Amino acid sequence: MNIRIRQGAVALAVMAALATVAGCAGTGASTVSSADYDKDAAAVMAASFREQGIVKTDRLTQDEVMVACSKFGHSLDDELRERFQAAALAEVKWPSDGKYLGDWKEGEKIAQSGRGLTWTDKADAANGGNCYNCHRITKKEISYGTIGPSLYQYGKVHGNTETTQKYVWAKIWNPNAYSACTNMPRFGTHGILDEKQIRHIVALLLDPKSPVNAE
Amino acid sequence: MKNSTYAACVAASALMFATPVLADATAEGIAKYREALAEGNPAELWEMRGEELWKEARGPKKATLEKCDLGQGPGVVKGAFVTLPRHFADTNRVQDLESRLLTCMETLQGIPADEVAKTPFGKGEQKNIEALVAWISAESRGMKFNLPMAHPEEKRMYEIGKRAFNYRGGTHDFGCVTCHGEDGKRIRLQDLPNLTKGPDAARGFGSWPAYRVSSGELWSMQRRLNDCFRQQRFPYPVYGSDVTIALSSYLGVTANGAGESTAPAIKR
Repeated sequence: MNIRIRQGAVALAVMAALATVAGCAGTGASTVSSADYDKDAAAVMAASFREQGIVKTDRLTQDEVMVACSKFGHSLDDELRERFQAAALAEVKWPSDGKYLGDWKEGEKIAQSGRGLTWTDKADAANGGNCYNCHRITKKEISYGTIGPSLYQYGKVHGNTETTQKYVWAKIWNPNAYSACTNMPRFGTHGILDEKQIRHIVALLLDPKSPVNAE
Repeated sequence: MKNSTYAACVAASALMFATPVLADATAEGIAKYREALAEGNPAELWEMRGEELWKEARGPKKATLEKCDLGQGPGVVKGAFVTLPRHFADTNRVQDLESRLLTCMETLQGIPADEVAKTPFGKGEQKNIEALVAWISAESRGMKFNLPMAHPEEKRMYEIGKRAFNYRGGTHDFGCVTCHGEDGKRIRLQDLPNLTKGPDAARGFGSWPAYRVSSGELWSMQRRLNDCFRQQRFPYPVYGSDVTIALSSYLGVTANGAGESTAPAIKR
């Protein structure tokens, strides 16, 4: 019995080896499937990185959303999109004291800062929001990116209502709530920004006194 | 000095073009500044040193690199850069310029590849690699990318690179594709090439190695990719690892026929 199992295992190993040889020799090149390349890519990702500073290799671990967004990008099918968006909205943690608006001046500092979570950052350093890297926000700051939409005059256009406040909060906490596979990070879900910091950014966008709306 | 010129230029552009509709004009201002700088690209200093290093007897074996095969036959440098990464029969690996140089340094000169790979950028033998890649890439300046894809390993590395490019992960859900998957985007004032399309891939991939004004250093492609991963909040890509080679395969093949190599270029 044991011997038979072992023989079976050997036969499988030989077959696998043959398949590998065929692949190497190029004779099987036309039969390599997309799924084979997926497997090879996963193996290469796992073997190519090492930890450095505060960054461990577990950063490469993907959740279901990352896997699907890597594979389908913005052409995600409707079923997955709706499921991801509903799940994202359901896990948003709302402010513990029910207050959405902080200090816009602090929000501006967080929006300007691109610090945090790279292997050259320290573990205890406060993370920035990196907002200006992708968004136009105030009139004064002309060094802004264009990966995301302009947020200049956001509060003036959308109003500083509780509905807008909740929308902006959830969008920062987990932007997949409204747009699955967005380029925007999940700032709350992944602990990039804390509740207090998110409150300040909501104020930057919605407070009528913020330069986003006042200038 | 050059930093301050740049700052002044950006500031001047900023004053003139303070509205988003005129962002193109800002980019144009920066492009003009780069053009002016390119006339005196300090990368030339690395190029000269690289040519000397190629012909210098070094390492435990006291040999030169003149018999190094970069894919066009032993010692042929002209035109090699625009065909890399490619498969090499002697190592049975797809190699980019830098991993290939490690092979040549080890086999011809007896300089251990592992140790060079572990050396931090800008130090020791890595400094020599910077000079060598500057000269070798310069010998293909103005040539179109023409990476071979006939070998199954070349096709495999291209396919892996494509998947690595689209791989989103880390604290920020970033992948290469986040910044380099669409036309006409910027981070702050920095234009981002859409590396999924030929002309931009040739422009982007084809400008590294490059002299960086902001740090006064010459960055190789390995170093460029390394810093991209750092900003993505990914872990540290091992020097010459398969993910780095696969990404270069993907970018280089995408650039095939679509544009000319300008490396070593000059960057902000």
